[in-house]
Amino acid sequence: MSRYSKDWFLVWSLRICAFVAGAITLLVAVFIVGESLPALRHVGVSRFFTDPSWHPDEFAAQGTFNLVPMLAGTLIIMTGSVLLATPFGIAAAVFCHYYAPPFIARIYRRILELLAGIPSVVFGFWGLVVLVPIINQIQPPGQSVLAATLILALMILPTIALMADAALANVPVDFQRAAASLGLTHWATIRGVILPAARSGLFTGVILQSGRAIGETLAVLMVAGNIPKIPSSFFEPARTLTANIALEMAYALGDHRSALFVTGFLLLLIIIALVAAAEWISKGRIYD
Amino acid sequence: MRFSRHAQLLFLATLTLVGCEESVRQKITVTGSSTIAPLVAEIAKRYESEHPGIRIDVQTGGSSRGINDPVKGLADIGMSSRALKESEIDGRVTHLLARDGVGFIIHASNPVEELSDEQILGIFTGTLNDWEEVGGVAGEITSANRADGRSELELIMEFYDLKRADFQVDLISGENQHAIKTVAGDPNAITYLSIGASEFDIENGVPIKLLPLRGVAASSETVASGQFPLGRPLLLVTAPEPAPHIAAFIEFARSSEVHDLVKQQSYVPVQ
Repeated sequence: MSRYSKDWFLVWSLRICAFVAGAITLLVAVFIVGESLPALRHVGVSRFFTDPSWHPDEFAAQGTFNLVPMLAGTLIIMTGSVLLATPFGIAAAVFCHYYAPPFIARIYRRILELLAGIPSVVFGFWGLVVLVPIINQIQPPGQSVLAATLILALMILPTIALMADAALANVPVDFQRAAASLGLTHWATIRGVILPAARSGLFTGVILQSGRAIGETLAVLMVAGNIPKIPSSFFEPARTLTANIALEMAYALGDHRSALFVTGFLLLLIIIALVAAAEWISKGRIYD
Repeated sequence: MRFSRHAQLLFLATLTLVGCEESVRQKITVTGSSTIAPLVAEIAKRYESEHPGIRIDVQTGGSSRGINDPVKGLADIGMSSRALKESEIDGRVTHLLARDGVGFIIHASNPVEELSDEQILGIFTGTLNDWEEVGGVAGEITSANRADGRSELELIMEFYDLKRADFQVDLISGENQHAIKTVAGDPNAITYLSIGASEFDIENGVPIKLLPLRGVAASSETVASGQFPLGRPLLLVTAPEPAPHIAAFIEFARSSEVHDLVKQQSYVPVQ
């Protein structure tokens, strides 16, 4: 009897926790959609993609609301930083796991954890006062897609490395022994056996970090230049969706404010697409 | 489904509990300019903690609303970030709360000493792109605008009669510190900033300098005296002879007791 009631308590507390977590996500989504509705109604969906520029106004008729530059800025900076950070992150994990002496590997892991724990505003500040002036010397203005991509890559690199490290640790030691008994070299074992076996974990890490790259706001805002125009080179500034919200939300009224919620809604859609893609790929490709 | 309905009820019940408060004896409603609202909200917070019987409700809605609401009886105090027009003076009393001034800042190493109105317009509308063209050392100008909706941008647009689409700039900065670091890290950058905030950083050794405008030095003194051209008064507007509890709050808001709050918002106290 007492065992039964304990189970009952555990099951219900878990159910409530799960419900609260799910409900909060749904509540946020509903809130974002609800707040975007005035702009979607007054401005219309198509104007967010066809207007000549982003010069929002409190009244829909007086402003222009093109979100395409921010969408492009977000996708370019996210893709760039993930492409840049992934090889380094996985290489760092492979080094840490298979090549470094245990003593060095331990210190190396601590350093990665430390790097992962640095708040984003510190990265942004460092980018603004150190990295941006250097890029400025090469080609002004310095605050650019390149600066944002580098800072973001630096920010997601340690987490990609740590998640790759965890994925490698999950590969059974037997695989390694079997490969060794077949006479495979160290590198051939890693490339042909370990990495394919760890593929799903590595992939999850990259997807999660893409999500973080999309959501990162402050560091990117400080170094990206924030001009709402599609950049034509890496040295030009760009504005991301998150920066758009953070820059203007404090002062926005009426349809302008609502248009910023549309920006957030767009962000939500990208993240949903990303999660769906991860789900689809991991089902279709990784466990075959 | 039933479960979620219970949760909703619980949620609503919690909200209702939060909504219950002790009855307040006197309430002051303040409406108007969103530039002044954050400052008045801070002042109100301090005033309420010293006078538990008073509750002050601060709402935004623009200077025009701040000028009209007190007369219509919709608010006790209005907030206006512009001087009243001649037609508006009748039937209202204004109380100068503080002043706001915006100056152009460049890197301290930039030899340019002053820019004319035409040169500033040229730089921010993209027709002047090199410091050589305005009397400086050759180098591409990095012009930085401020984010849409910020009061500095609105002041500049009004002063030079610019529309948002007229600006052709290289960067957009958000917070004051973002703008300051942008200029401090780029010898060829120019942006504009609240004079109170600029002075604070210049005193602390940040390599930026404020440019004079129309021959008037940009400083707290010239802003406070109203000489600096790119400035504006931050006014509280009431009907003639406000009730004693309202007059007491206005007196508090103009006293030296809140000068620290005024400076925190990068405005210049006037008394």
